[in-house]
Amino acid sequence: MIEVKGLVKTYGAKRAVDGVTFSVQRGEILGFLGPNGAGKSTTMKMITGFLRPDAGTATVDGIDVTAEPVTVKRKLGYLAESAPAYPEMTVEEFLRFIADVRGFHNSSADAPIERAIKLTHLNPVRKQTIETLSKGFKQRVGFAQALLHDPPALVLDEPTDGLDPNQKNEVRALIRNMAAEKAVILSTHILEEVDAVCTRVIIISRGKLVADETPAQLRARQPGARLDEIFRSLTHADI
Amino acid sequence: MRQISPVFKREFLGYFRSPVAYVFLVAFLVISVSLAFSRYGGFFRAGIAGMESYFTFYPWLFLFIVPAAGMRLWSEEKRSGTVELLFTLPVTTLEAVVGKFLAGWAFLAIAVLLSFPMAITVGYLGDPDWGVILTTYFGAILMAGGYLGVCALASALTKNQVISYVLSLGACAVLLFLGFSSFTETLEGWFPVAVADALSNFSFITHYDAFTKGLIDPKDVVFFLSLMGFTLFLNVIVLER
Repeated sequence: MIEVKGLVKTYGAKRAVDGVTFSVQRGEILGFLGPNGAGKSTTMKMITGFLRPDAGTATVDGIDVTAEPVTVKRKLGYLAESAPAYPEMTVEEFLRFIADVRGFHNSSADAPIERAIKLTHLNPVRKQTIETLSKGFKQRVGFAQALLHDPPALVLDEPTDGLDPNQKNEVRALIRNMAAEKAVILSTHILEEVDAVCTRVIIISRGKLVADETPAQLRARQPGARLDEIFRSLTHADI
Repeated sequence: MRQISPVFKREFLGYFRSPVAYVFLVAFLVISVSLAFSRYGGFFRAGIAGMESYFTFYPWLFLFIVPAAGMRLWSEEKRSGTVELLFTLPVTTLEAVVGKFLAGWAFLAIAVLLSFPMAITVGYLGDPDWGVILTTYFGAILMAGGYLGVCALASALTKNQVISYVLSLGACAVLLFLGFSSFTETLEGWFPVAVADALSNFSFITHYDAFTKGLIDPKDVVFFLSLMGFTLFLNVIVLER
């Protein structure tokens, strides 16, 4: 569903992403791990068409992002880091705007909006402006926005960041429930998340992939070691 | 081009969802009307039933007030990160640029049109030339679009609204002053007369004047429309860079 081949992005003298290659099929939840600044967000921004790669390609459902960005954006749901949203809008107004841009006009938007609100439990705050919401609710608004058009592929940049343990569990359950018919990429630096939701893991360090395997294979690298120890030994170049 | 409408709607209503719109509209109307009644405007002293003493300040007023309405267009999106949301939705850069610009322009048009009580007053006090008033309104709204195009471009260059305001103010000031004879005379000292003349043709004032005299010269309309087209084109390039 999502194919990434040799993606490169350079900022000045720093190569933020250096030839990253991986793919995600439907039904897979790919955990995208790496220390802060390793290039996770940059990679995701290139897949979603927000940044133009300096080299390499990202395709969604066989369509190249740089060639047909709008078609790809229709197929993707994207939750950016810190879930940006227009603060002066209410939750409902915001989701209606998203629905409108996604081609659900007027009353045809009602069903997808209700579905997204129900999935993310936003009902109690639907009439509230986004600037008055707590971090957890804001994150869920970002989630609702990404799910609204029931996309075949989801790209989630640190979806559980800043949530309390209960909310984290809830978001993970939500991702697991949807994953059967979707391709999901989920970036995180919380290692417990890997065991909790992911079917496969890739680890990136200084812009390069250092691992692409199942959580079980990752554990088997150093039997008996904790995940964070394995993680540290794989990404020590970053320290 | 279908996606212009949702972007337009959100941006336009966005002005009214925050206090920005109300503060802006009240300030604009209070300042513009008090200038007309001030001794510089001389609304009553002129003894003419017309709106010239009102509209004559517009190029100056726009210089300060259009950057205030335009500075947030892109700077705000960049600062709050919503630009990432907007450009990962199925919207092309051109659609987003045009939608946002039209929203700002419609907002400015409303501000200009809300001066209608002045027109009613003039109509009550005497027998004005309604044709002149209409062409002036038309010219003022076109000019607002010209100013806004420049401001939207400046706004796309930075995520800081203060920098955006100052850049807009500077660029608009140049486009305004090009029309003044003292300024063109200075230019003539530096450039050949033909170049100085050509430069002064890019002034807001030069092209606004005819409208206030009741003339709709296609040349002036084309000037403002092409200024908008050009700044929006640059706006797209800046954002796609």
